[in-house]
Amino acid sequence: MDESPAEVDVTMSQVAAPLAIEVQEASENDAATGEVVFDLHDVNVYYGQALAVAGVSLEIYKNHITAMIGPSGCGKSTIVRSLNRMNDSVSGFRLTGECTYHGNDLYASGVDPVEVRRRIGMVFQRPNPFPKSIYDNIAWAPRILGLKENLDERVEKALRGAAIWDEVKDRLKTSALGLSGGQQQRLCIARSIAIEPDVLLLDEPCSSLDPISTASVEDLMQELKRDYTIVIVTHNMQQAARVAERTAFFSLDVSEGRRTGILVEYDETSKLFTRPTDKRTEDYVTGRFG
Amino acid sequence: MASVDYSGPLTPTGNLRRRRVVDRLARGSATAAAVLAVAILLIFIYSIVQHGASVISLSFLTKNPLETFSVSGNAPVGGIGNAIVGSLLIVAIGTAIALPIGVLIALFLTEFASPRWAGPVRLALDLLYGLPSIVIALFLYGLLVVGHGQAGVYASLALAIIMVPLIARTTGESLGLVPKELRDASLALGISRWRTTVGLTIPSAFGGIVTGTVLAVARAAGETAPVLLLSSLANPTQTSGSVFSQPLNNLPYDIYNFSVEGGATNFAKAWGAALVLVTFVLVANFTARALHARSRRMMSR
Ligand SMILES: Nc1ncnc2c1ncn2[C@@H]1O[C@H](COP(=O)(O)OP(=O)(O)OP(=O)(O)O)[C@@H](O)[C@H]1O
Ligand SMILES: [Mg+2]
Repeated sequence: MDESPAEVDVTMSQVAAPLAIEVQEASENDAATGEVVFDLHDVNVYYGQALAVAGVSLEIYKNHITAMIGPSGCGKSTIVRSLNRMNDSVSGFRLTGECTYHGNDLYASGVDPVEVRRRIGMVFQRPNPFPKSIYDNIAWAPRILGLKENLDERVEKALRGAAIWDEVKDRLKTSALGLSGGQQQRLCIARSIAIEPDVLLLDEPCSSLDPISTASVEDLMQELKRDYTIVIVTHNMQQAARVAERTAFFSLDVSEGRRTGILVEYDETSKLFTRPTDKRTEDYVTGRFG
Repeated sequence: MASVDYSGPLTPTGNLRRRRVVDRLARGSATAAAVLAVAILLIFIYSIVQHGASVISLSFLTKNPLETFSVSGNAPVGGIGNAIVGSLLIVAIGTAIALPIGVLIALFLTEFASPRWAGPVRLALDLLYGLPSIVIALFLYGLLVVGHGQAGVYASLALAIIMVPLIARTTGESLGLVPKELRDASLALGISRWRTTVGLTIPSAFGGIVTGTVLAVARAAGETAPVLLLSSLANPTQTSGSVFSQPLNNLPYDIYNFSVEGGATNFAKAWGAALVLVTFVLVANFTARALHARSRRMMSR
């Protein structure tokens, strides 16, 4: 009921898309010419004694949408959360290998994780608006970070950027908890971009949303990649195919009773879905994995 | 083979009849126990009101007690004025000391401590909570009163020691109810741990903190041992002294004093003072419940 008709139109065309995987056309940002934002080399992540993810090497390019797919528990969240040091607060978390951001080692000793997260924002699986007004959800972080000038404009720009301005502009002072799930998730995206980060990490941002809200978030990502580098974890392969230039397929390696996440294949999305080089990738994207 | 005739009428078969009797008995005795608790409270309140209401008057609430001690047997004059003022002062100062310490301990436990440290601190809090108030009072008596004399603020200190574990526990519980996702959201915006705590976690848990504090105040207001040892030798005629250097008269001590004084008039006054104290405790409890319910509603939309 809150959704505007225009939005529903966009959605319908997307929802009604055939089940066959439609691949995002190669964009002007060709992988070969892209600037590298993240460069991971032989990254291993441990939780306590357990090796959760092993030997991940990949490059993430500027102004690209990079998708991560794979079965549950294969370490997708672990890897994205390692990119902005959200795992620091997990007791027992340990990372080895090289993990650089614009050439700077993210885990070097002088690195301040608060500063890392200020540059690399994150949107979570479940919408998590603050129990504050819609306006304060957006304005809170800029205020604390000292971005107090033209705060109203900043809030409006963020809400417009997240394609939710028209729906909330008349109720900015009301609680954000009264919004629908899809609106809350777009509010969370607006909150992230209000501080103008460099990268947005999205960990299954649509998994608690209905198809209409999902479509609006996907449209939004296409808009946002002009200004931001985006990494999205998703369980929905169609979604990866629709939005991402490049896709990383993770899987679980089960040996000696231990389950370790590994990066199986990382390539341009079109290639990964149509001509995968690894049998496991092929099985997964065609729905025959096991 | 089948012990039940499946096509028979749907009335109890086998041992169901017996199981139903046991079920009724268990339910009945549980209900009876619950009713008993409510009944005891109601009888208790009824008798306090019955005995105490008759002496409640403006002069009883505002005048000081000694005016009647000397003229016992006569119509009651004087009252519990300075005891109300003294109790309020002692409890207020105790709360002012206990609240920040209790909240900080709760923050340490839920937000900052590693499990290795949280365990011992929790245990210490539980032990502190279990300490008899007379022991706390005795400790402060030996430490402060001997050689210096009593003071209202010493009683405040004892009450603070009693209140800290209560406040820390309820605050910790309500901080624990603040979803981890909210903290993550804030951290992911480049906001530091401490700023997240002050700007987000504490406001979200505010209702719980207030509730816990009000309950602790209600408990402390009736504590008798600390005021008996640390703030009882007041000059009863004095309306108020300096809380920092002199003992102050207070409600629990007045109740004690009126009762041991003897005589129907004084006994009625003991009831009157008890009514005032119980009213305060009940009002505090109801306030706490209302605040708690309100903050619950705020958190879930
Ligand atoms: N905080 C943690 N402490 C200990 N082990 C963890 C923790 N978080 C994740 N793990 C383990 O690390 C492995 C990878 O988990 P992760 O959450 O990264 O998987 P995922 O690919 O995101 O799965 P899903 O698709 O279900 O979200 C799993 O075996 C998980 O049990
Ligand atoms: Mg995950």
